[in-house]
Amino acid sequence: MSGYAQGIVAIFCINLIFAYAIFITAASGQLNLGGAGFQAIGAYSAAVLSNAGWTAGWATVPAAMAVTALAGFLIAFPVLRARGVYMVLATFAFAEVVSGVLLRTKSLGGAIGMVVPDYLALPALAGSAAAAMLFVFFLMTTRFGLAIRAIHDDETVAGVMGVGVRSMQVAVFTLGGALAGLSGALYAHHFSFVEAQYFNSQLSIFVLLFVLIGGTQTAWGPLAGTLFFTLLPELLRVGGSWRFVVFGAAIVVMMIVRPQGMITRALADRLSPRHWRKAPPAIAARGRHGG
Amino acid sequence: MADDIMLSLEGLAKNFGGLAVIDGVSFRVPRGGRTALIGPNGAGKTTLFNLMSGVYPLDRGSITLDGARIDGLPVRRRIACGLSRSFQNIRLMAHLSVIENVMLGQHSQIAGLRQMFAPAQGRRGAPARVMAEERLRAAGVDCDPDAPVSGLPYGTRKRIEVVRALMSKPKLLMLDEPAAGLNPRETAELSAFLKGAAAEGLTLLVVEHDMAFVRGLCEHTIVLNFGRGIYDGPTAGVQDDAAVREAYLGTRGPPAREAGHAA
Ligand SMILES: Nc1ncnc2c1ncn2[C@@H]1O[C@H](COP(=O)(O)OP(=O)(O)OP(=O)(O)O)[C@@H](O)[C@H]1O
Ligand SMILES: [Mg+2]
Repeated sequence: MSGYAQGIVAIFCINLIFAYAIFITAASGQLNLGGAGFQAIGAYSAAVLSNAGWTAGWATVPAAMAVTALAGFLIAFPVLRARGVYMVLATFAFAEVVSGVLLRTKSLGGAIGMVVPDYLALPALAGSAAAAMLFVFFLMTTRFGLAIRAIHDDETVAGVMGVGVRSMQVAVFTLGGALAGLSGALYAHHFSFVEAQYFNSQLSIFVLLFVLIGGTQTAWGPLAGTLFFTLLPELLRVGGSWRFVVFGAAIVVMMIVRPQGMITRALADRLSPRHWRKAPPAIAARGRHGG
Repeated sequence: MADDIMLSLEGLAKNFGGLAVIDGVSFRVPRGGRTALIGPNGAGKTTLFNLMSGVYPLDRGSITLDGARIDGLPVRRRIACGLSRSFQNIRLMAHLSVIENVMLGQHSQIAGLRQMFAPAQGRRGAPARVMAEERLRAAGVDCDPDAPVSGLPYGTRKRIEVVRALMSKPKLLMLDEPAAGLNPRETAELSAFLKGAAAEGLTLLVVEHDMAFVRGLCEHTIVLNFGRGIYDGPTAGVQDDAAVREAYLGTRGPPAREAGHAA
């Protein structure tokens, strides 16, 4: 693989994990517009620990995940006090605070950034991305996944059904933090350098777009959205300076054509192997013969 | 005898913006009984359900379910105490399938993190799913369990909500207009199904405008008007009661004290 292609695959893997971090909260109806703040915490945690000599068994990566998960847990309480668009703005403000603090902290390199000594190669990134994706797919098949999707549709009724709405929301922020921390730590170790300017509000907006355009109804959405957003700009590269215009137009078209996201529940069902086997729906069949 | 009482409401009150929507309601629901809660539009029936299930906080009064006070409990804990309900305007989760909606009703039965994170709960043949499918079938819901709930006919969705409410194995099932929008055959099936559930020990409290359905199902009726109880007795006596006739027919309009509330 050429260095250029490797770079694209690396960014794809990192963005995919990042997208799943944002997806987990979006699946429960909470939009996190502060993704870059969480990713930055993960990246800087890994960078600091790596510079401090924590290299044995890549302990920096789980440690960065734990730090970011803690940040997600702590930030969930003030953020969840706000509702709707104000909640979204609160996550955005959080990321701005993180970025401001990083830029002004001399010991973290300030605007100059930080070199990360230990290098992680592409296979580690690909393996982590696959694991993160499998984890989220697994989560969505559990009672936990059902409960967060129920909260997405109707918080009040979910509560009446016995779902601890608030604790679930805190839990998804914590899990989302852990995954964003993973993506940040991998970024730091693969590119061997972190700078606060990379983790800006545009990144937060982009990763949320990956998730919303991909679709929040199934765990396939972030994969589709990340593929679309990572590959389309590369395909458009030939178009020169017009590519950003074409890219923007493509996003608008996607939103008009598939407002629920590229991959909806109905589409995933239609494409699933179960559908092709055409197993008779148990209840319908028995009901008809019995009645 | 307290042992014969499943639900006891004492002096319940709720104001919305200074308007007394529930104004000192007290009644008891006998254990294992089938009780109807009726009243004209806007009488406060749905609000009473919302107070009991904890969707709205109470202003005054107490709610005792099976001997235990539940009015201080958060919403999510009340279903575990044995109180389950359906909603007047169907509130199924639009993005979940039929079976997922019904399985959500089992949420209060989950014991511990291990069950919370057990994989593939919705796969064909999983015990929890089989139980949910059996309940759907028993209630006569005839549709693909994996179908998205949003495309189904009104009557089917209405009955799925009843099944979802039953999945928590409640002591008291509160249904808000369960027969609204059902055709006569579906209404008869629902009535028979609910009688069967009551025969197994379930206590029913049913809000319903269809009086034929009420007479066929409920031996006991409570009538609410302007947030107050005006009748509490056998269903057979409802139509002969002067206060009830007045409330429904409005011969003299609302009594003077209610006119005072509106001002
Ligand atoms: N959240 C609320 N805020 C303000 N007023 C409310 C609210 N909920 C209900 N009300 C008012 O309380 C009164 C009782 O409403 P409720 O829905 O309980 O009546 P109901 O007996 O269920 O009527 P229906 O038979 O039409 O369903 C109505 O006047 C309604 O406008
Ligand atoms: Mg009502």
